[in-house]
Amino acid sequence: MKKIIITTAAFCCLSLYLIARQTQTPEVQESIARGEKVYTLYCLSCHQKSGNGVPHMNPPLVKTSYVTGDIKKLVTWVLKGSTENVEIDGKSYSNNMPAQNYLKDDQIADVLTYVRNSFGNASSAVTAAEVKAIRAKAK
Amino acid sequence: MKKTFVNCFLLAALLTGGINAIARGTDSLRVAATVKPDANNAGLTLPQGFGALVVAENLNEPRHIAVTKQGDVYVKLASLQGGKGILWLHDANGDGKADEQKGFGGFKGTGMYVKDGYLYASSDEEVFRYKLDAGDKVINGNAPEKIVTGLLSRHEHEAKAITLDNSGNIYVNIGAYSNACQVKDRTKGSPGMKPCPILDSAGGIWQFKANQPNQTYGTGVRYATGLRNVVGINWNSDANSLFVMQHGRDQLHDLFPTMFDAKQSAELPAECMFQVQKGTNCGWPYVYYDQLQHKKILAPEFGGDGKKTAGEDAVDPVVAFPGHLAPNGLLFYTGSQFPEKYKNGAFIAFHGSWNRAPEPQKGFFVAFVPFKNGKPSGDWEIFADGFAGGTNLSSPGDAKHRPCGLAQGPDGSLYVSDDQGGTIFRIVYGK
Ligand code: HEC
Repeated sequence: MKKIIITTAAFCCLSLYLIARQTQTPEVQESIARGEKVYTLYCLSCHQKSGNGVPHMNPPLVKTSYVTGDIKKLVTWVLKGSTENVEIDGKSYSNNMPAQNYLKDDQIADVLTYVRNSFGNASSAVTAAEVKAIRAKAK
Repeated sequence: MKKTFVNCFLLAALLTGGINAIARGTDSLRVAATVKPDANNAGLTLPQGFGALVVAENLNEPRHIAVTKQGDVYVKLASLQGGKGILWLHDANGDGKADEQKGFGGFKGTGMYVKDGYLYASSDEEVFRYKLDAGDKVINGNAPEKIVTGLLSRHEHEAKAITLDNSGNIYVNIGAYSNACQVKDRTKGSPGMKPCPILDSAGGIWQFKANQPNQTYGTGVRYATGLRNVVGINWNSDANSLFVMQHGRDQLHDLFPTMFDAKQSAELPAECMFQVQKGTNCGWPYVYYDQLQHKKILAPEFGGDGKKTAGEDAVDPVVAFPGHLAPNGLLFYTGSQFPEKYKNGAFIAFHGSWNRAPEPQKGFFVAFVPFKNGKPSGDWEIFADGFAGGTNLSSPGDAKHRPCGLAQGPDGSLYVSDDQGGTIFRIVYGK
């Protein structure tokens, strides 16, 4: 009985995952692939390959309110970085995050689409047009 | 019964070891009989003849520790436990395991040191001390004296590590709130600031009087400068001098990808042990030490290219370790329990790296450097390993334990704290 439940649950999870994957259009999938490259170059050393960050220093990008939440807030954060002691889901981290505003709109869209669909996250894609609009207002 | 046992024991000790051994520490003989290493040596790999046991577990991020003459352990927490930031651990039955625990002091922090009847503790902005009774117990956990106040804590490198000398002074690390003193921290293309304004109030070791209340920058002395961040700090009584372990700069590859590849950036620069005197300059942010070229190299933020040397006014390290291992604890061993080789040598607790990614992370061990006449007398080696609980870690968050603080027990045991798993280890010899 127990076995059946576990198998069914596992099957459901898998199909949900596959459905989620399938709902990603080819454009989104390409954006994720490009985003991984941007992540490796500009984010990985602090947030780590696993997205788990470094305890007390660099926060995780795993299901945090920033990563999975409002796109405007997320894009603004990444553009501006932070040298303040900000609480991230109840914890504070003691490193500084440099502003990532040197990245182009599509690079930021790609990297955030990658982050929002990796490390166990499953959130909507971010588009270059959204980044452009948010950047214009952030100035 | 207990008394007869102790008497017999003393007699036996007298006959075998002679008066000398007793003078060296009857305590060590008593502890030796009852303290046994854990069956698996608490998961640690140690040199032949050493063993380890878990003293306490599940503590909230224990940073630095201090052990009293009675063998009680004071632990400074980076995260409050039951609203308290300091723990007192007591082993009532003598098996080496803490079976009593009391908390006091409502502040988080790193520094913990016992000296001459006082327990010293630091938050990220202040240093306090608590008076101890004859049994080295805190008399009033609610009424510490504030020794130092108003120290800068600006997000990065905020821990205020402390140590005391034998002349009534306390030394406090004030870490630089920056990686390399760029105009914009950790930002590619942002130039280094010369002179680096951070050095006026951070990026060095400050000296204060151990017994004067409410000291601040104005009353303290900037004892050593050019130190990016120090967490391992200890007075070496043999050399009568202060030694510190610097956390070297990060991100050479991220910031200068054409000069340094990811592999070089994982190895460089060295994590350095410096001997410092009043006025010593260790070179940050203008230079870093390259342990492969054995040279002080001009930092790229200040016009360097990975080869140009500089820093004529700065000292060389006395020991250079591979990059980013994050030395968080330093202790000069003065005990007699360990073999002669360890006497007066340095133990260093490496917290383990994060800035080696995408290369595997390293560190997560306690290293040893032999010393003679106050100077290193041989190469460094790994003393205690296995804290991480695996090899080829891609991220420090995956480590089971991360060594942080070190302390020596009255019997010469070495205590190691772990702020990731929350464990206090004790390493013993000859069991
Ligand atoms: C130098 C290290 C560093 C780099 C490089 C870096 N970050 Fe961060 N990041 C941090 C730190 C530290 C914080 C938290 C800052 C604070 O608390 O003030 C943070 C916070 C965040 C947050 C919000 C908090 C959370 O965990 O959800 C997001 C999102 C984020 N970073 C994404 C990125 C992305 C995307 C990149 C690459 C384009 C990047 N970061 C590059 C260090 C870094």
